[in-house]
Amino acid sequence: MIKKQNISGSEALIHCLLAEGVDLIYGYPGGAIMPFYDELYKFQDKLQHVLTRHEQGATHAAQGFARVSGKVGVCVATSGPGATNLVTGIADSMIDSTPMVCITGQVPSHLLGSDAFQETDIIGISTPVTKWNYQITDVKEIPEIMAKAFYIARSGRPGPVLVDITKNAQFDTSDFEYKPCNAVRSYKPTPELNPSDVDAAAAIIVSAKKPLIVWGQGVILGKAEDEFKTFVESSNIPAAWTILGVSALPTSHPLNVGMVGMHGNYGPNVLTNDCDVLIAIGMRFDDRVTGRLDSYAKQAKVIHLEIDPAEVNKNVKADVAVLGDVKQTLPMLTQKVASKPYTEWFDKFKAHDKIEFDEVINNDLNPTKEGLSMAEVLKEINRASNSDAVVVSDVGQHQMIACRYATFNHSKSNITSGGLGTMGFALPAALGAKMGAPEREVVAIIGDGGFQMTIQELGTIFQTQAAVKVVVLNNDFLGMVRQWQQLFFDKRYASTEMVNPDFVKIAEGYFIDAKRVTKRADLGKAVDEMMASDKPYFLEVCVEKEDNVFPMIPSGASVSEIRLS
Amino acid sequence: METNYTISIYTENSVGLLNRVSAIFQRRHINIISITSSSSEIDDVSRFVIVVSMTEDAVKKVVGQIEKQVEVIKAFYHTDEETIFQESALYKVASNSLFEERHIQNIIKKSHANIVTVNTAFFVIEKTGFRHETEQLYEDLAPYGLMQFVRSGRISVTKSPMNIKALLNKLKD
Repeated sequence: MIKKQNISGSEALIHCLLAEGVDLIYGYPGGAIMPFYDELYKFQDKLQHVLTRHEQGATHAAQGFARVSGKVGVCVATSGPGATNLVTGIADSMIDSTPMVCITGQVPSHLLGSDAFQETDIIGISTPVTKWNYQITDVKEIPEIMAKAFYIARSGRPGPVLVDITKNAQFDTSDFEYKPCNAVRSYKPTPELNPSDVDAAAAIIVSAKKPLIVWGQGVILGKAEDEFKTFVESSNIPAAWTILGVSALPTSHPLNVGMVGMHGNYGPNVLTNDCDVLIAIGMRFDDRVTGRLDSYAKQAKVIHLEIDPAEVNKNVKADVAVLGDVKQTLPMLTQKVASKPYTEWFDKFKAHDKIEFDEVINNDLNPTKEGLSMAEVLKEINRASNSDAVVVSDVGQHQMIACRYATFNHSKSNITSGGLGTMGFALPAALGAKMGAPEREVVAIIGDGGFQMTIQELGTIFQTQAAVKVVVLNNDFLGMVRQWQQLFFDKRYASTEMVNPDFVKIAEGYFIDAKRVTKRADLGKAVDEMMASDKPYFLEVCVEKEDNVFPMIPSGASVSEIRLS
Repeated sequence: METNYTISIYTENSVGLLNRVSAIFQRRHINIISITSSSSEIDDVSRFVIVVSMTEDAVKKVVGQIEKQVEVIKAFYHTDEETIFQESALYKVASNSLFEERHIQNIIKKSHANIVTVNTAFFVIEKTGFRHETEQLYEDLAPYGLMQFVRSGRISVTKSPMNIKALLNKLKD
């Protein structure tokens, strides 16, 4: 317990952050948060502040930091526009269950509601996209609320918390006493585990002939990678992943059968509608995963291991729901299942893999046409990084290619905006990821569209010298929208063609080493050069303009109607 | 099939929670038929009573999403048959009609309504009951000129026990 006498609210805030083990925050100063920044100045040896170039960048950086480290990401902004600029990142954290605490300054409490300068009702605005939020108007509330904020952000199904602090509460002084929060009366982070549900699930698995595991980010958030691997190996059940779950099990693991969903692998998608038992682990049956719901795994018994009771039966009805933390429930299930060969079942995956390889993957990885494919860039990055890199992707075609083709040895290695699909996520998130795991190689894969949504964060990368490797896959199009226009809107390319600037010059303007590749012959060397650099590095790869991502489940179609072309 | 459901929510008494709860209905484009918030049988615990017309499948999901809000202690949904519910209505009528129209006096008597206040300008009648009862009284009084009419949202208690105190004790441990 930390005690201080008669300190300002701003100083109290700093002590709260330090008590929570925070040593790095992202933010942007402004009028209503100035007392806090003034205090930050005095504590800069203990608490590093990274000045992003836009508040949205601060949120995504905090997200990248949180996703790679498993810790709570922290960002700070002023009132009004500072606060509203956080909203996209908060919404992204909410839907992707990322632990984050956002601190916003607010006008003095006597001005609340008066349309004061830079006043906005950020509590009202952020309510639907926060796990919890609170407005502090009295300095005395600071320690208790901050402790609660961190506890709520990180516990159970994690999520973003916003604490709005009026300027007077930052200036006023009070005695300070910090007690970490371990419980909130009305809040139950982890539902009660019912052992009979585990028994029921095990009974179904034991009699399965064609079981399929689909795992999601819950495995990573629950820090249950080992328990998950043990379950998969001791049951010998093929396991497929959602894009937020991917790196929980190494890509090369023999039981890893690939990605489910709209641009996932052929086998796991088609065989979702063939399996007799579907074991969903820490995933929420997003519509991009399930495709058309009324023809999703209808033949299968569904077992759902989930920490959030509201996710059970939300989209897909579970025959057995095992509520609880997968770190606890998976070992219980492991004890009750036995390995079976499932030979014919695995053969089906192999057969589908061969079809996908022949019709899609081979062309993607080893293209015969002149233009570069996005996938061959990923292939080079996999080679040069030995599959050890953290891959941070933005949103669109390159994201699907990155998730499909990046290979991973370690957990917490695929960082992308999954649920919200936030273009502009990757550049600041990669910065945060590099700072959250400085010992790891961090490669951002970004399209030319998304890159320009948060391009200003090159300034933050330059200033911090965080050795992020930024790869822009440039096709001069908003490629995913263009793909849909081609396939479903008779090639009417409405506002998807981009006339782009010289990205290399822009990077060089920020004094970041930069290179452009347009030919296959130069690609491998350029990737090697980038990976060998111990500084920030920018690589633009000009890729084929009108390539499409396949396989694809058209919207409204069933997973088994996945198209290969 | 859409039916009326009464959603009962036990919550902490905190600023902004109403917004958080109503946002869950808003994002699903559900119109709230009535909403009341008051203290409950437990100190410092508030109770919301919300009436909506939804399918049971949808109301289940909404209640799940309400219940996962940090400051929500517990949420339930019930059909009309599972609850005892009432609404209150106030009717403001010009005083001269009370004295001049013998019918009004009969209406009040017949409907078991109460007269809350009388002065030289107006009188106020209160009726608590089911929707059809307060509506009947409205129709009966309307011909004499209603100066104002207002009806509360539904308040309801359930036939089955809620066990919130036990739950809170458990959460405390």
